[in-house]
Amino acid sequence: MSIPNAIPITPELVAAHGLKPDEYQRILDLIGREPTFTELGIFSAMWNEHCSYKSSKKWLRTLPTSGPQVIQGPGENAGVVDIGDGQTVIFKMESHNHPSFIEPYQGAATGVGGILRDVFTMGARPIAAMNALRFGEPDHPKTRHLVSGVVAGVGGYGNSFGVPTVGGEVQFDERYNGNILVNAFAAGLADADKIFYSKAEGVGLPVVYLGAKTGRDGVGGATMASAEFDETIEEKRPTVQVGDPFTEKCLLEACLELMASGAVIAIQDMGAAGLTCSAVEMGAKGDLGIRLDLDKVPVREERMTAYEMMLSESQERMLMVLRPEQEEEAEAIFRKWGLDFAIVGETTDDLRFRVFHQGEEVANLPIKELGDEAPEYDRPWVEPKPAAALTDADIPQADVADALVKLLGSPNLSSRRWVWEQYDTLIQGNSLQLPGADAGVVRVEGSEKKALAFSSDVNPFYCEADPYEGGKQAVAECWRNLTASGALPLASTDNLNFGNPERPEIMGQFVFAIKGIGEACRALDFPIVSGNVSLYNETLGQGILPTPTIGGVGLIKDWSRMARVRFAAEGEEILLVGASEEWGTHLGQSAYLRELHGKKIGPAPKVDLAHERKTGDFVRKLIADGIVTASHDISDGGLAVAVAEMAIASGIGATIDQPQNASPIAAFFGEDQGRYVLTAPKGTAAKLATDGVGVQVIGVTGGTDVKLGDAKAVSVAALKSSHDGWFPAFMDGASH
Amino acid sequence: MKSAVIQLPGLNRDRDMIAALTKISGKAPVTVWQTDTDLPDVDLIVIPGGFSYGDYLRCGAIAARMPVMRAVAEKAAKGVKVIGVCNGFQILLEAGLLPGALMRNASLKFVCREVKLQIANANTVFTNAYQPNQIIRCPVAHHDGNYFADAATLERIEGNGQVVFRYADGTNPNGSINDIAGVMNENGNVLGLMPHPENLIEAAHGGSDGRGLFESVLGKAA
Repeated sequence: MSIPNAIPITPELVAAHGLKPDEYQRILDLIGREPTFTELGIFSAMWNEHCSYKSSKKWLRTLPTSGPQVIQGPGENAGVVDIGDGQTVIFKMESHNHPSFIEPYQGAATGVGGILRDVFTMGARPIAAMNALRFGEPDHPKTRHLVSGVVAGVGGYGNSFGVPTVGGEVQFDERYNGNILVNAFAAGLADADKIFYSKAEGVGLPVVYLGAKTGRDGVGGATMASAEFDETIEEKRPTVQVGDPFTEKCLLEACLELMASGAVIAIQDMGAAGLTCSAVEMGAKGDLGIRLDLDKVPVREERMTAYEMMLSESQERMLMVLRPEQEEEAEAIFRKWGLDFAIVGETTDDLRFRVFHQGEEVANLPIKELGDEAPEYDRPWVEPKPAAALTDADIPQADVADALVKLLGSPNLSSRRWVWEQYDTLIQGNSLQLPGADAGVVRVEGSEKKALAFSSDVNPFYCEADPYEGGKQAVAECWRNLTASGALPLASTDNLNFGNPERPEIMGQFVFAIKGIGEACRALDFPIVSGNVSLYNETLGQGILPTPTIGGVGLIKDWSRMARVRFAAEGEEILLVGASEEWGTHLGQSAYLRELHGKKIGPAPKVDLAHERKTGDFVRKLIADGIVTASHDISDGGLAVAVAEMAIASGIGATIDQPQNASPIAAFFGEDQGRYVLTAPKGTAAKLATDGVGVQVIGVTGGTDVKLGDAKAVSVAALKSSHDGWFPAFMDGASH
Repeated sequence: MKSAVIQLPGLNRDRDMIAALTKISGKAPVTVWQTDTDLPDVDLIVIPGGFSYGDYLRCGAIAARMPVMRAVAEKAAKGVKVIGVCNGFQILLEAGLLPGALMRNASLKFVCREVKLQIANANTVFTNAYQPNQIIRCPVAHHDGNYFADAATLERIEGNGQVVFRYADGTNPNGSINDIAGVMNENGNVLGLMPHPENLIEAAHGGSDGRGLFESVLGKAA
């Protein structure tokens, strides 16, 4: 068979599609002829890193993805987890890093749009969103522009769509100067018997195009996301898509209405590589061929070629296989919401992906091989070198009180209120805990008591120093944040952001981070049910910090017993749980060294997973039993920052004893893992059955000052002013 | 007491409003789609918040010209109570049912936070469950809530007691003139406000200061 080819396929054209010579040879072997230009585009879209996971697949297979609570693990649009009573939570996290650097507002907005679509494609109404954002150093000339654009874009899309943003992260470091990270998370609710999948079933059934019209925006976007940046990046702006949250909101309502009608057999959203990827996935999963007629595709630009239509990443589009007898009913629902509805093809039994345009066949490819026979690499990697241990000379001393005030007002520990007040955190009327808490908490509609907790975590500095311990720590911290709110962690999603995998040291970071993530997920019964890999996060050869973001979901059985960060009352005892007698010891890669002294040195803290689990299970039980009045995990900035945050949130002060067994700097600012600060009425700790978990009474709540040991007292108002002040001042350009 | 909630593409706090009306009155409101011109016989019509038609033009401008809004105007003229919250307020302004205009927030940014509201007029069908000058908590969430009216209009609505809610204690989040958060028409049966009382009505919301509006308009017995 041959298809005439107007455009000659030259080695330069192949290279411009991000395909290596051996990959092109594989295409020739597979189809036995030269591909058409459109086919080359299709291969480029399916075989790029972003869609094929060719560098990461081998390692992703090692992650734990199942458990009694898991209904659907990785491989669908999002993961599905049982939350009891016939209900499920459906969630995923995904990156939109490259587009957001090129065009921050639209890049971030469409990142939010894409992840929301992944969730409602499966039949779930989105109930919560989070986003983990990482920017370059505050002084970098592009940083403020990027922060402003990304935050406005996240808000612009999510607020209009109508999902509450309940959590997230914002971090600054010079290693993101040329390559910011925008990781968007969404979760939705669906009944367990009303979940929709992408696997097509049945021959000769209509393939229906729904949603917005197709334009030229985003052509080649997935390929762009699989390449390093260089100085020509500004030229890539046309590859960024433009978001329309209004159409997405209409698409949500129309899809849920259509799903309830029983007309939908299979559904797939058009994300990366648009029509190509969605059609191939639906057919390949169902062992069916797909035939598309591009003349029927709704378009909003003239004279689009088959190549452009197949690679367009126009937003707010879906592909479905429908029951033919309900076609009319389905069309009426979409017309009501003002959306396009067009039958653009059918399922076939020949296992071919055939595309027709203006009466000509422009592609005819084996559908299974297109997805399954993508190249898979076992890229060379080297074991990361361990960071040198700290010596006493590496640790500058400082006044504990002064250090605390400065830390709270530092770029990476200051309040993110400036950011999250631009997000609608309250819509839907179910938000129980907002950003700024350990976890965002949302009430489950239709249930008196149930709530879901969400957290997103990773410490890239730990990951840079020790990818294995850093990977463990990202999982443990997410699990700990959910636990600190009183939730039982159920499952997680991973968004793995790394540099160029063709460099063995970067591949080594990836391999060891995955090893750590896998071990932690197994030890904590916290399987990965969905995720996304973003590689080639490099500009001019400088890679980002390895950043495997973990998004976690936990279940709170009775939200009236949920725990909050803020001190509940004066005169309560403050408990340090899970710590050694020194309270804190580990200063390697700590915020104290980094934010106050500019030192990114030392090893990452080690996570003892057995200790983590035992401590967390103990804390969760205390919360569920109503014994604890406030709860906070200890993370960046150590015990001092944790106590200060509890004071700031409540306006109630605290007096902490002078540590007896260690230097005050390590005790107050050390970042040892698996620790919590709790409060309870006086006398509680003495009566607790601790079962080997370390519980120490270290102080008492009350007054208007925070006093840490022998250090001078600082008013809660002064702490709050430092904490709240940095972000608005930075964005106003006043000072930083 | 029967109520109806208007539904238009892009509105997104309709579910919040339906939940609030149902919880407080014990009865679910009727929902009315944008193309309906025949409104059911109700005592209260609510236009909820959101981004009707994406608010890509002036907020509420397209929605105000949909068929259902002609029917709402007719009902309002007959004395049926109408409340527009957030985008609903913008739609009522665009439909000419309320005086003034809403501009982009002075900060030029979307803002979602809790503010304080003063009940500037407690002698209305919308606020009689509150005390005069009572200060209540209430969340806001909007990008275009900066209320403005020319001097003559301002003098008239202030003089008539048409200003119903005012941002209090320095919490004006958007630059509204005279701290105006909510206004009603001269007849006192059409109210528009930017804040979201429907998001502060129960323990899960951390307070119930928003209930007073619904209890006023639905009758305390409800």
